[in-house]
Amino acid sequence: MAANLRLPYLATAAVSGLLFGAGLYISQMVDPLKVLRFLDFTAIPTGGWDPSLAFVIVAAIAVMFIAVRVGRSRQAPLFDTQFHEPEFHHIDAPLVGGAVLFGIGWGMSGICPGPAISLIAFWPDNLLIFLLAMFAGSYAGALVIPSGRDKRLALAR
Amino acid sequence: MDAFSPIPALIGGVLIGLASALLWLGNGRIAGISGIFGQLLPPARTVVWRLAFLLALVLGALAAAWLIPGLGVGGPGGAPAQLASPPPGWNIPAPLWIAISGLLIGFGTKIGNGCTSGHGVCGIARLSKRSFVAVGVFFSVAILTVAVTGIV
Repeated sequence: MAANLRLPYLATAAVSGLLFGAGLYISQMVDPLKVLRFLDFTAIPTGGWDPSLAFVIVAAIAVMFIAVRVGRSRQAPLFDTQFHEPEFHHIDAPLVGGAVLFGIGWGMSGICPGPAISLIAFWPDNLLIFLLAMFAGSYAGALVIPSGRDKRLALAR
Repeated sequence: MDAFSPIPALIGGVLIGLASALLWLGNGRIAGISGIFGQLLPPARTVVWRLAFLLALVLGALAAAWLIPGLGVGGPGGAPAQLASPPPGWNIPAPLWIAISGLLIGFGTKIGNGCTSGHGVCGIARLSKRSFVAVGVFFSVAILTVAVTGIV
């Protein structure tokens, strides 16, 4: 059986998802309006800015930073034969253009992909429209970008 | 300061970090949500773990909201979750505004290879040059978008 269909592998993915979802609720990143209050730097002079999101991402990066260092001392992860380290290295137009478009979309709604999915738990109005649009956008991106992993690699390696 | 909540933010951030650490050290995979759902369609053999992760992501948020109610939005003790309304005076229907936002996020994270989790948490922790650029760009553009639209 393929490594990624064995029980410990799937259980790891599931427990990771549980922790991630719990973290999104506890940090309240599931509240798009709170995320927007972080992104609203125009409120800094008036004292209305909510810097909470910075605490979320810095704490998450700190923990992951240690895990990456631990991983570098190992040949392989526990339940697979290799670390799937991203192979792209160049700063290219799709990276920057994609980040610009994502930034506009994020600033319009305060929803990034993690909270988008976990919000299914709380089902606000219009969430289905958002999810279908996000999925359609992702699919369109896969068609537009140099299709196929090899071409993408040639561009960004 | 409006509803500044550093302690839950730190705890939530640590949990997100642990989730990413577990997926990396256990399965050697980047916990990037746009990447995980963006590869559900092609005939990928990896679809099973991706679905398990995404289902658990929803259940994790739901379970936490029942175990620790009243932190803000969601669950039995929380306010109902709400999506943002279009900026006042723009005269755009809310569903259209939300759909455009979703399209841009799906498209942008696909061609840019990542979002707040994949680039923002995992990429920065790996000291990836691409992720530093992506994070600088999407945070700046999002802040600019909020300032220009006056949506808050």
